[in-house]
Amino acid sequence: MGPAEAKGGAVHTLTTLLAAGIAAGTPLLFASLGEIVAERAGVVNLGLEGMMLLGAVTGFLVMDASGSVWPGVLAAVAAGTVAAGVHAFFAVTLRANQIISGLGVTIAGAGLAAIIGRSVVGKAPKTYFHEVRVPGLGHIPGLGTILFHHHVLVFAGYLIVPVVWWVLRGTRLGLHLRAVGENPAAADAMGVPVALYRWGAVLFGGAMAGLAGATFSLAESPGWTEGMTAGRGWIAVALVIFATWDPLRGLVGAYLFGCLDALPGWDQANQVLNLQPTLLGMIPYVATIIVLIAVTVLGLQRRLGAPQALGAPYVRGE
Amino acid sequence: MSAPPELVSLRGIVKDFPGVRANDSVDFDLRPGEIHALLGENGAGKTTLMNILAGIHRPDAGEIRIRGEEAHLRSPRQAIERGVGMVHQHFRLVDRFTVAENVTLGWHTPRAIVNRRALEREIGTLAASYGIAVEPARAVRELSVGEQQRVEILKNLYRGAEILVLDEPTAVLTPQEAAGLFESLRRMAAEGRGVVFISHKLDEVMTIADRITVLRRGRNVATVTATETSPGELARMMIGRDLPQAEPPAAHPSEERILELAGLEADDDRAHRALRGVDLQVRAGEILGIAGVAGNGQVQLAEAIVGLRPARAGRILFRGQDVTRWPLRRRIQAGIGYTPEDRLRHGVAPSLSIVDNLIAKSYRSAPVGRRLLVDRRAARRLAAELVERFDVRGADLDAPAGSLSGGNLQKLVLARELSANPWLLVAAQPTRGLDLGAAEATRRLLLELRAAGKGVLLISEDLDELLALSDRIAVIYAGRIAATFPAEEADEERLGLLMAGFPGESPGKPKEEPSGR
Amino acid sequence: MKAVISLGGAVARRAKGPGIQLGAVAAGIGLSALILMTIGLSPGDSLTTLFRGAFGSHFALTQSTLKAVPLALCGLAVALPLRIRLWNIGAEGQFHLGAIAAAWVALSLPDLPTGALLPLTIAAGMAGGAAWALLAAIPRAIWGVNEIITTLLLNYVALQLLAYLLTGPLQGSQSLGFPISDVLPSGAALPRLGSSLIHAGVFFPLAAAALLIAVLRFTKWGYEVRMIGASPEAARVSGMSATKSILVTLGAGGALAGLAGTIEVTNTFGQLQQGISPGYGYMAIAIAALAGTNLVATIAVAFLFGGFVIGGLALQVLSVPQAFVLMLQGIILFCAVGGARLAAARWGRPRRKEAPSTP
Repeated sequence: MGPAEAKGGAVHTLTTLLAAGIAAGTPLLFASLGEIVAERAGVVNLGLEGMMLLGAVTGFLVMDASGSVWPGVLAAVAAGTVAAGVHAFFAVTLRANQIISGLGVTIAGAGLAAIIGRSVVGKAPKTYFHEVRVPGLGHIPGLGTILFHHHVLVFAGYLIVPVVWWVLRGTRLGLHLRAVGENPAAADAMGVPVALYRWGAVLFGGAMAGLAGATFSLAESPGWTEGMTAGRGWIAVALVIFATWDPLRGLVGAYLFGCLDALPGWDQANQVLNLQPTLLGMIPYVATIIVLIAVTVLGLQRRLGAPQALGAPYVRGE
Repeated sequence: MSAPPELVSLRGIVKDFPGVRANDSVDFDLRPGEIHALLGENGAGKTTLMNILAGIHRPDAGEIRIRGEEAHLRSPRQAIERGVGMVHQHFRLVDRFTVAENVTLGWHTPRAIVNRRALEREIGTLAASYGIAVEPARAVRELSVGEQQRVEILKNLYRGAEILVLDEPTAVLTPQEAAGLFESLRRMAAEGRGVVFISHKLDEVMTIADRITVLRRGRNVATVTATETSPGELARMMIGRDLPQAEPPAAHPSEERILELAGLEADDDRAHRALRGVDLQVRAGEILGIAGVAGNGQVQLAEAIVGLRPARAGRILFRGQDVTRWPLRRRIQAGIGYTPEDRLRHGVAPSLSIVDNLIAKSYRSAPVGRRLLVDRRAARRLAAELVERFDVRGADLDAPAGSLSGGNLQKLVLARELSANPWLLVAAQPTRGLDLGAAEATRRLLLELRAAGKGVLLISEDLDELLALSDRIAVIYAGRIAATFPAEEADEERLGLLMAGFPGESPGKPKEEPSGR
Repeated sequence: MKAVISLGGAVARRAKGPGIQLGAVAAGIGLSALILMTIGLSPGDSLTTLFRGAFGSHFALTQSTLKAVPLALCGLAVALPLRIRLWNIGAEGQFHLGAIAAAWVALSLPDLPTGALLPLTIAAGMAGGAAWALLAAIPRAIWGVNEIITTLLLNYVALQLLAYLLTGPLQGSQSLGFPISDVLPSGAALPRLGSSLIHAGVFFPLAAAALLIAVLRFTKWGYEVRMIGASPEAARVSGMSATKSILVTLGAGGALAGLAGTIEVTNTFGQLQQGISPGYGYMAIAIAALAGTNLVATIAVAFLFGGFVIGGLALQVLSVPQAFVLMLQGIILFCAVGGARLAAARWGRPRRKEAPSTP
């Protein structure tokens, strides 16, 4: 999406990278935000990748059938939510191992997405989310292009982060949700319905992952191919640790990784680094690993955020 | 006889857990304005019964009536709605939340948006009205254990609990703190609330309770009025047989020092300093008891000595050698044994066989270990011998260790530690949760170790046990040794004051806040 | 006693009930057929095609066996670290690194006699896989960095690396610009058994499993692995260091996945190219989770899943994509987990039988 005639100076080139980074970071933002909420309630969901793929294919199919993008987005959100419901059923209700269940969602989800999408592989999209320039704000030099010249889902990301942040921090709902992730026995003893909150948090995470999938298939790279999310779901899982379970830090991380993600395409268009695209393509993954190591070594996850009951099924009575 | 209407009436409560009938047709009544003690040994079914009243467990049979109305409690929430509040032995507090957040957790007021300030004011007022000293804005993890208990009580008062259940509330308190607790419980009862006080301590029950219900092995023994019974009668009802009393043999501690700590400092898991300069000696042929309220550094002390926790400063001398920087494995080989407090988690691998668990410290060297290999036959022989010698009962050698009862599990851990012939045994809460027979056997093993000229560091919250077994007692408070003296010079009052941070004989200001758990 | 139940974990429990697994496989197949039905395919036809394609002929059985080899090796690569509760989600990447390293060595030394080239190629492949696994194992051992995420992300790095090599250093001289290497020297391939298509590689998973079982049971290190797996805390109190076990289990796992990649590149494809794995590393997760760290069961499940891969190819005639196999395996995994949990709930909690009795 970067304009090919980007020879107009370093500033302009950097602007296009940042703009592309914010766009590429948006699906990461949705997915990791949903995962932050789920993990804050104590449930790890390693099914992000699968839920994103299901969201992407469902969104594309419904858009293809209806000829318009919004039903596609809704369908993607629904698909992600349903897939998350499977995880919630196993991880919360049956108290199965959350890791196995999440991996199951990813494996089965990737397979299922490929099956239901077999008829539209490589099909040209009838429509997709076009970039719009926000009146006024979009004309600020530099910043306008970076922040306010995008498809609407990017703007949705701007809005949803503060909302989730505020709900977690400032409302009773958020207080209860965090209590369920920190000490479910304490929450249960005080009459907070642990399973209900965990279900809710996991379903929200699924909805967000579905939205992230739709962002791929209806906006970022309109179309459907098998495995099109290419590990972004896993980067989103790592981002949650990077963000130390905080939505605002998640926002920073998502856009940062979005920039890394956008780097190969941007470099090809702008010929700045002139590296092999396959080598550049490693950068987001390698960077995620390095950041994960750094966060762990610095002990940030312990000191700042990791919910104490994360990953542990809750059984009443001890 | 016109009895007042009962607040709670439990009839014929039955509760089964896999392999155990925890409650077998138990009856229990609570009247308004009374403090009703539920007395029994560990495993008598006291906590289970009250968990049923608090909606945590559902009974398999029986009837619950609250204020005369039959109640089918399916969750703690439903119990809370009927005015039942329970303070559990392990507090159910969210560490990272403030006092006010913890107190109001789960309270479904119409306000969806939390106004911190207003909440804190409200909680502050409530606490003051009951004379409970807490700061509503502080995070619970910064509070001492005693303060955390007050938060638990406050939670229930905030909810307007008319029926307040406390599970072994004094286990984590100094005698003085316990007296304060009794005072506020009496005030609550005077307001017409009913208080259930779970305990296995006779004197305490005699002090606080109006009526006492005794349970044994999940069944009712009797319900008596406190003024019409005696500790002796209660003990007989509780135990159902005479206590085998171990007479500690006369001690002959030598001057040889097995363990010497000099200015030892260590951190807890949250990187707060938990030991702040501990000086101690354990001599050959001596049991040194460590007394203290939970959370004053006992756990870190044990872990620093055995090598599970690095020393931040100071020295650990073991039989004259400086072992401060030695890894755990080398300390084991040098002769430091350890029976951890949490046996099921740290003491054994429950899913592995008894054989595999018994060789955990001897697999490295002959006869069990041979070069790179483990000799399975030698391992089996050793295990069979240990099971025989230490009287580990219940299962065959290939059964998972987790299938053993608590007492036999402790015997297994002791068998493994003692089979390595240690010079020093660090025993953390060695009899907690054991039935009387197993506790007695455990104590006997500690005494045998002493008689063999070895050293024992006994960490216990059971003052009676410390007084009965120890040659000397050291009191730990806020990560320091407040005092060390011969056991015969100790009495409950002196210990209590020291444990509460009052140095010397006269009560003064506490030196420092305990660092919490 | 509750602590025991939770400590034993889902993994241990599943190992106890082969009945549950068989039921789970059947239920998973049934559910998957239902899903095919919803997209307009006859479940009967699809299942018949799947099984006939997988096990219905001598040729099918041969192919399924050949597919079971990399699957079983990758399954072991996941199952071994799982013994100490480490999730190796990176068998896919280790497989590819094994293939790359093996191909590189074989292409660099084409003139060596078979007796030297074959062992060298295999060693290179195993070393490549092990090195890739260690990239995640070392941070895990030293700092406790979450190995699930690192092993997984390394898969994508491996795929990019393969793409890079195939358009650069390893691109073949006759590739006509396609991302493909030269044909490997025949001396690098494993010998075939008689006149069949089956090669000597079929013995590798069996030998690996037998060796691992013996090591776990009869060596000090194996004892430590079992202890750490059963209770990391108790193992630590006994003075066992997890560091060594983390490095060795993950490293050995990586070597086995690398061996799988080696076999595929030397025998199945004969040259390095993209698409040499239909997702063996991911299927391996389902295999190991289903087999519950039981190494023999891992091989048995791998054979079944190998059949699915081959049967899945046959299904493409009905325009069912290859990914159907992945979904099928995921669903079987869910059925197994669900079955185990339901069984535990039924047998573990007597209170379910009886509601509070009301007069």
